[in-house]
Amino acid sequence: MNPLKLLKAIGFWLLVVVIVVYAVFPFYYAILSSMRSGSALFQVVLLPEHFDFSNYIAVFAEQPFARNILNSVIVAVSVVAVSLFLGVTAAYALGRVSFRGRGALLLMILAVSMFPQVAVLSGMFELIRRLGLYNSLPGLILANLILTLPFTVWVLTTFMRELPKELEEAAFVDGASPWIVVRRVFLPLMWPALVTTGLLAFIAAWNEFLFALTFTLSNEQRTVPVAIALITGASQHELPWGNIMAASVIVTLPLVVLVLIFQRKIVAGLTAGAVKG
Amino acid sequence: MVSFAAALSPIFWGDQMVHQSELTRARLRSAWIFLAPMLIVLALVAAWPLLRTIYLGFTDANLSDPSKAQFIGFDNFLAKYEGEWSGLLVDPQWWNAVWNTVWFTVRSVTIETVLGTIVALVLNANFPGRSIVRAAVLVPWAIPTIVSAKMWGWMLHDQFGVLNTILQNLHIISAPVAWTANADTAMWAVVIVDVWKTTPFMALLILAALQMLPSDCYEAAKVDGINPIKVFFKVTLPLIRPALLVAVIFRALDSLRIFDLIYVLTSNSRDTISMSGYARQQLVDFQEVGIGSAAATLLFIVIAIITVLALTVGKVRLAEDTAR
Repeated sequence: MNPLKLLKAIGFWLLVVVIVVYAVFPFYYAILSSMRSGSALFQVVLLPEHFDFSNYIAVFAEQPFARNILNSVIVAVSVVAVSLFLGVTAAYALGRVSFRGRGALLLMILAVSMFPQVAVLSGMFELIRRLGLYNSLPGLILANLILTLPFTVWVLTTFMRELPKELEEAAFVDGASPWIVVRRVFLPLMWPALVTTGLLAFIAAWNEFLFALTFTLSNEQRTVPVAIALITGASQHELPWGNIMAASVIVTLPLVVLVLIFQRKIVAGLTAGAVKG
Repeated sequence: MVSFAAALSPIFWGDQMVHQSELTRARLRSAWIFLAPMLIVLALVAAWPLLRTIYLGFTDANLSDPSKAQFIGFDNFLAKYEGEWSGLLVDPQWWNAVWNTVWFTVRSVTIETVLGTIVALVLNANFPGRSIVRAAVLVPWAIPTIVSAKMWGWMLHDQFGVLNTILQNLHIISAPVAWTANADTAMWAVVIVDVWKTTPFMALLILAALQMLPSDCYEAAKVDGINPIKVFFKVTLPLIRPALLVAVIFRALDSLRIFDLIYVLTSNSRDTISMSGYARQQLVDFQEVGIGSAAATLLFIVIAIITVLALTVGKVRLAEDTAR
């Protein structure tokens, strides 16, 4: 290897290391901090010295954090289920049947995904209060649909359009109804797309903050992001950073694991949703 | 036999055509039945709240008793009482929020695009351990915004933050900086966290574009011994420009509506409050549903205009491509 080539290789690997450290260090440091309490927390260290789980215990003892996690799971799972159901049925109509106004409808759905959340905030607030859903999980599930439904429909429609035409024709000739066709013919083929969109919808609902902050009042109805944002200590200037880091790690670890497992599917879904949409 | 078949065939064909059109009609009918639930839900959670928000922007609605709201025309936007102008368009707080949002969007999208391109170029190279690096890059994307705000809030802490310690040890700064509280650095703190969180998305979009590029022009450039940096600016960049544009527009639209990161990291301070933050503050903290809705409507209009412009530009580009 000549010196210039060696220099180039070193430069490249240095860049790779910098990227990895930059991406991972903040989460690593959060894990590190979550296992330090008392005055140890205020000394900056870069390597773990001991494992102290008292912050993790404190998070659950000092506020209804288990309840918050359950709330987040209920909201996110319901949002995913409703979005996927509505998304699959709509995608069949939009992807397989040509009718007048289909293009306009798709454009409208795309437009909804561009809405700034705050643009519907006061209208949604009013709606939720009128339906008697203020400070309740169904209210949050309803509100979150505006975030997940458009891209679910969009990605599933793109996917459904690609499936071969002969599939459903054979079933129709056999006298199957459209509902049967969707359930028996398309659904089994759509698992990859359902996993991708379901995951993206889950992450969107799990991370949602503005609606959850505005439409809930009591600690028992809050989802995880709001609960973490509102963790306070004895005074406003003494945030319990150890607890906050522990809570952050608890809610992030499952997400990071999910993302790493489904890496390829998520990348495919993200780029499909963005490049084509 | 042959003539028999020939005689039968028109009937057969006719029958099938009837069957076909019946099938088409049945499919059309079922298509609308299948669409209806989604359309109803979308109307309920998107169209209705949006229309109500726009309407409320023209009223003096108050959060404590919204039923008493009265239509006041454009007064929330601009009004004149006894020679004094009032309303959003003359409110320095609103323009401060607009300025903050634009400042944030321009800085953060620019930095993200540059960093995202570098990361994408690295991921596009062939090297052992590439999939591990790609997984690592995805980590910030997976972390909830609120959690990243808190994580960075701790790292940027004025007294105990790791960033101050590292920078002081490297003698880059002489005294600890109150990143999130200081007026000069608060917005940069927001940009730092946002860039960290969203660069993966940018990198993935650019990587997808890079992987679709034909390899032959690179080989030609390699054979000719052209400097790789020159190749990037002369060959790669023009080829990925459409994808880059889409990514930039996406991120810009996202940045213009930022709320959660600023709310948590800098507690919506005057130096960092965004347009979304201003609208929500009016709506919830000051109970002024009318003014809050008016501000939200203005933000909606800004984003709608940019979206339409982007779509038009995209369409023109698409038409150009097909014309070629």
